[in-house]
Order: sequence, then C-alpha cells, then structure tokens
Amino acid sequence: MGLEFYTSKLADAVNWARKYSLFQYPFVTACCGMEFMALWGPKYDVARFGAEFPRFSPRQADLLIIVGTITERQGPILRRIYEQMCEPKWTIAFGVCASTGGFYQNYSTMPGADQCIPIDVYIPGCPPRPEQVLDGLIMLQDKIQNGQGFVQRREKREHDAGKNKLKVLP
Amino acid sequence: MSLAVLQRAKELLGDTIKSTHSYRGDDTLVVDAAAIVEVMRLLKDEVGMDFLVDLTCVDYLGREPRFEVVYHLRSMKTGERLRVKAPLDEPEDGSNPALDSVVPLWAGANWFEREVWDLYGIRFHNHPDLRRILMYEEFVGHPLRKDYPKERRQPLVRRDPNE
Ligand code: SF4
Repeated sequence: MGLEFYTSKLADAVNWARKYSLFQYPFVTACCGMEFMALWGPKYDVARFGAEFPRFSPRQADLLIIVGTITERQGPILRRIYEQMCEPKWTIAFGVCASTGGFYQNYSTMPGADQCIPIDVYIPGCPPRPEQVLDGLIMLQDKIQNGQGFVQRREKREHDAGKNKLKVLP
Repeated sequence: MSLAVLQRAKELLGDTIKSTHSYRGDDTLVVDAAAIVEVMRLLKDEVGMDFLVDLTCVDYLGREPRFEVVYHLRSMKTGERLRVKAPLDEPEDGSNPALDSVVPLWAGANWFEREVWDLYGIRFHNHPDLRRILMYEEFVGHPLRKDYPKERRQPLVRRDPNE
C-alpha cells in the first residue's frame, strides 16, 4: 500500500461527489421536451438524484442532455456546445431521435447524436417515460462512480500513456 | 359556392387558362406558367382573391410536365377559395425550371418561394433574395424531388472515430 491506495480512495470520493452534483445543460430541440418538463416537475423530481439544476450556459454544466431530434444543420451547433463544456463531462441521449434518429430516415436528420459527439447513456422511447430517464440517470451515476464515462476513460488512457501525471485520476 | 369566382376568372383570363375543375367547393384553375404574374394580378385586383394562403410545388416524376407550382388563394371579404396550378417542365438543357415571382403582389410569398427553390429547385425570376431557407448552403441538390435518394445524407460534422 503506497500512494496508489490514497489516490484511488480520493478518486472514489471525488467521483461520489461528482455523481450527486450533476449540473445539466438541456439541449432541447423537439417533442421530447414535454416529457423532460414532467421529469423536472415535483412528481418525478429529479432533484432527488442531485441533478436538478439546469445551467443555461454550457460552460457551467457537466452533463449535456440531448432531448429531441438532431438535424444535420444543427450538428455543428451541438458539437460546439459540447466542446464549450469543461471536463469532466457526460452526455445523455434522451429519446430515440437523439439515440438513433428514430423514425426519421431522411435527408435532414442526423442518425443519432453520437454521430457528432460521444454519448454515455442512451435512453430509448418516443418519448421515454420519466421512470426510464431516472433509470438512465442512475446508470450514468454508476458509470461516473466507476470511472466509465467517456471523458473519464480517455483521461485514464492518457494518464496511463504518461500524460497528465499531475492529475489525480480514478 | 365559389363557382362564381371560377366563372369570373374564366371571363377575365381567357386563353391563359388551360383547364379548370371544381369538386365539392374545391375550385382549381390550371394556367400557363409564363403568365402567372398577370393571372395573379387579375385574380387579386379584379376577382378579389386578395390573400395568398399557400404556395407550394408538386413533383410528378415521369409525367409531362414534371412540376406543378400550386397557389392557394382566398378572398378575405367573401371567404371564397381558389387553387391555381402552374405546370412547369424541366428545360432541355438541364437547367432549373423557372417562372416569375409573385413577391411584388404579396410580400408573404418571399419565404414560400425560397422554400420551393430550396426543396424543389424551381427558380423565381425577380425574387428579391432567392436563397435556401431550410437546408444549409453546403447542401447539394433539392431533397423533395422524387429522384433525390431517400437515404442520401450530406453531413456538416461527423465525430472523429478515434476521439
Ligand atoms: S423520440 Fe419521439 S418524442 Fe422524442 S423527439 Fe423524437 S419523435 Fe419526439
């Protein structure tokens, strides 16, 4: 037991704090937004999971929720918003449109938001029930705790490859 | 109800009308595309169809003439409705089919005509600002034409697979 013991315990604590203080940025483009509002109301109350606080600037957010259809024309906007967020950051695709393009198989719709940004959790449904979204959120919390988020894994890879030696990592 | 409108239009327009039909209060004029602005001006000023409800287009691939630009008019005074169709063929040299813009008569036609240009590739002469309105400038082709492949996508961004 040396330094590794302390750093891995510290990483656990940091990840525990991260998973219960998700500041989310809702990128709402279509009808799924209605279900999203229900989720944020008192009935389903996402605040229980520490993710109640929408930030209307991506620079202050660490969870990007893509709610609704992404068109090809919107791709560059979504990409820029993702790049403006500070790391570590996570993403959720809310609904089939954001996950795969849904039933829009045409010239204008991007077949899933993962064509232009990495996605951590996909929530199916058109629109998904709020329970499903809460389930997805809990899955994301598990991922964060285990260091399995996309950005977390990349940081780990870079760390193992000898970059970012000063950072304390999971 | 508005058979009277059809009758008046026939008297006024004469030869520019190619055919008409009327079914359950749905009155349609098929007119010569080259004379569209004159037809519209007469319908607006003389017949009283003063409101342009909609302007759109249909692609009948495989038929001659291939396109039909469709105008829906309404009289705000009497509530009568009238549909005007202008058949349009593709020019031999492969350029875009074109007809005159009705923006001088109804300013509201501006965005409708941009939409028809964007999705069907029909040009409007004398349009003040004929740009794409729904698709992005980089887009090639006109997606609502029936020969545009259903699955062809023209992405603006894609993520780096090694990200
Ligand atoms: S998944 Fe369904 S509800 Fe959600 S944005 Fe797409 S079409 Fe609308």
